[in-house]
Amino acid sequence: MNDFHLAQVNVGRILAPLDSPQLADFVAQLPEINALADRAPGFVWRLVDDDGSDSTSLRPENDDDLLLINCSVWESVEALREYTYRSDHLKVLARRREWFERLADFHLALWWVPAGHRPTVTEAMARVALIRERGEGPEAFTLRAPHPPPSKAPTA
Amino acid sequence: MSSEDAALEALAVLGDPVRRGLYRHVSGTPDEVGRDAAAEAAGISRSLAAFHLDKLVEAGLLEVSFRRLSGRSGPGAGRPAKLYRRAEGERAVSVPPRSYDTAGRLLAEVVERAGLDGELQAAARADGEAGGEASGDGTDPVEVLRARGFEPFWDAGTLRLNNCPFHALADQFPALVCGMNLAGIEGLLAGLKGGQGWTAEMDPLPRGCCVALRPADDEN
Repeated sequence: MNDFHLAQVNVGRILAPLDSPQLADFVAQLPEINALADRAPGFVWRLVDDDGSDSTSLRPENDDDLLLINCSVWESVEALREYTYRSDHLKVLARRREWFERLADFHLALWWVPAGHRPTVTEAMARVALIRERGEGPEAFTLRAPHPPPSKAPTA
Repeated sequence: MSSEDAALEALAVLGDPVRRGLYRHVSGTPDEVGRDAAAEAAGISRSLAAFHLDKLVEAGLLEVSFRRLSGRSGPGAGRPAKLYRRAEGERAVSVPPRSYDTAGRLLAEVVERAGLDGELQAAARADGEAGGEASGDGTDPVEVLRARGFEPFWDAGTLRLNNCPFHALADQFPALVCGMNLAGIEGLLAGLKGGQGWTAEMDPLPRGCCVALRPADDEN
């Protein structure tokens, strides 16, 4: 087993409230897309709110009621890439502009966590802040230019 | 040797019509292809097929793997078969030199940053529709997609596409380029006389184009 897993966070600002007709198709597809992630090879964990099904009720920034967060952990970059771009998840991605604003700044970040670690919203948002501040690097990167996991700590 | 010279040399290997036929057969087949099947498809002997297939491997156009087709292993299972598949690398040559790949990448980068997915999809849909209408008599969607390089093949009742004509760009900008591609194919079906009732949707496989098509009800 790998000592490190890949965490990902992305934030998106919806164009209208979740219960609006404009977001209806997105909301309708969420259970299917989340179930797809849950059984995708290499999937480890995803952030869910108190309802326990998805993270749509979480608001990573208090003053912004339309900003959604999505955070998950994967065994490898390849596992995340396969799910993101080579599964039905691509259906949703291709329609992202019908539901989400274009964010001028980085809206996602990847980083390595010790296997078993579950990122918090605060921690995930700190990674988004980091990539916005410093650009891509080993501490926060994107799928376009992934960084390798930290080398193993010497065993005692 | 410059990369242009290397590409020209590799492509020159395809100048031979028999070889070209073998290459098209192997690259248009979703699974790996053995010598016997390739020879049969090209209508040539097994040894001639083996000779030309290996020339294509030397040129870097095909790749080889070995597998026991019987599915058995261990002693007595027989020698593994030599199987061919399309090599991953891309070669593009234009005479005189053109750099549409660079232009495409830069345009995609800007379109992505500007968030113009919807506008790109609308343009692709209109372009596909016009292309479909212009196809005139060639109204069979399968043949039209084949002519456009998608390498269609039937997977039970679903038409899948073995080749992504926008591969490098789709790799770098998947949401943008795959969305554009789907819209283009939807437009094509709408414009084609024979495309009525067909549907296209995202249904990516590990390789090839992410779009799958289903024919009109009365066709299958």
